[in-house]
Amino acid sequence: MVAILDYEAGNLTSVKRALDFLGFKSFITSDPEEVLRAERLIFPGVGAAGKAMEHLRQKGLDEALREFFLSGRPMLGICLGIQIIFEKSQEGPTQTLGFLKGKVVRFPEPLFDKQGERLKVPQMGWNRVRPVKAHRLFEGIDPRHEFYFVHSFYPEPEQEEIILGITEYGIEFPSAIAHGNLWAVQFHPEKSGRPGLRVLENFCRFNP
Amino acid sequence: MTTKGVKFKDNVPVGDPVEMARRYYEDGADEIVFYDITASAESRKIVIDLVDRVAREIFIPLTVGGGIKSLEEMREVLLAGAEKVSINTAAVKNPRLIYEGAKAFGSQSIVLGMDVLYVGESERIPSGYEVWINGGRTPTGIDALWWAKEAERLGAGEICLNSIDADGTQQGYELRITRMISEAVSIPVVASGGAGHPEHLYEVLTTGKADAALIASMVHYGQYTIREIKQYLAQKGVKVREIW
Repeated sequence: MVAILDYEAGNLTSVKRALDFLGFKSFITSDPEEVLRAERLIFPGVGAAGKAMEHLRQKGLDEALREFFLSGRPMLGICLGIQIIFEKSQEGPTQTLGFLKGKVVRFPEPLFDKQGERLKVPQMGWNRVRPVKAHRLFEGIDPRHEFYFVHSFYPEPEQEEIILGITEYGIEFPSAIAHGNLWAVQFHPEKSGRPGLRVLENFCRFNP
Repeated sequence: MTTKGVKFKDNVPVGDPVEMARRYYEDGADEIVFYDITASAESRKIVIDLVDRVAREIFIPLTVGGGIKSLEEMREVLLAGAEKVSINTAAVKNPRLIYEGAKAFGSQSIVLGMDVLYVGESERIPSGYEVWINGGRTPTGIDALWWAKEAERLGAGEICLNSIDADGTQQGYELRITRMISEAVSIPVVASGGAGHPEHLYEVLTTGKADAALIASMVHYGQYTIREIKQYLAQKGVKVREIW
């Protein structure tokens, strides 16, 4: 069973629907004990890092996440999920979980593309993820495939070797990372059509 | 039933919405927008059921609009599987709804739908474009450019700008007001109304400075496929999602 972590950071039903469609059993939970009993864990999320961390701490979910991470079972962070696993976020600023070394920063503004057109923040829409490393997360995915993004912040990991994919939006930022049992993506695989579903499927079939 | 009208009138049925959504998804649509043009309490139930069915098999962003006027109704639509709700008449009548919606669900979920008509520049309507509500039946005396900026200030995450003059004509988008608004706000502007040929999309995405272009008639009636439109745009140098 896949647990989908509910920490009051947005709508989780689309992740559930995508897993249903793929035929993987899942349940939505905000109970630390249920989280710890799950075989694998997805922690999606949109919204502000500060509020999310507050909810996690209130419910003891920060500790459950840490224990899950240390247990070596597969876990996947989505959107805000890729941001809270680093040490701190400029949003707030907020002390986050610190599973990985590094920080989360906001897109610099003004932001321009290569043609000199002004880019809007948040990035809202489809964009590519250029693989910088072969990894199971990208299995079956063409580098020209695009994924759906909605975000103003992005991670800056200290360890470059955890970066799997880079996205360009005025600047280049890591949009997919993996560190052992922990995978995380800045885009929304559950809203990225077939390639997004493939990422979820790759995760659900991944056994570290 | 999916319907399409001209200048907001004479809506005729064009097909089953779930089937159409599936076809457009397969064909490479980047997002799908449902507008409930009848927007009664009864039809909202049907729309929620529709969103629920579509969201089970179509995994791209869905926007739902039409008659939504409370946080509770927004929540229902979002839980049914929409990413975004589009509010229009209710936002004009109660602008706080934008703020409250953004606070409850995040700005990225709140789309301000605007139906605008060219009425000529005046002291009251400096841009020349007036906001109309109730499905384009009632003038408000509100300037479209002012309202777009105000909605952004209140927390809207996106503007879907529909020109009543251009709607269903297939003669091209209303480029002037699209550009004016897009240059005045920093949230994405989706142009709507008037697309008939792929070059109309090219015009509105370049000259009109729109962030996205909504199409209806040109694909509902089978004149073009989304793939053809995207190929045309890619040839002209517009960045589009080419494979999916």
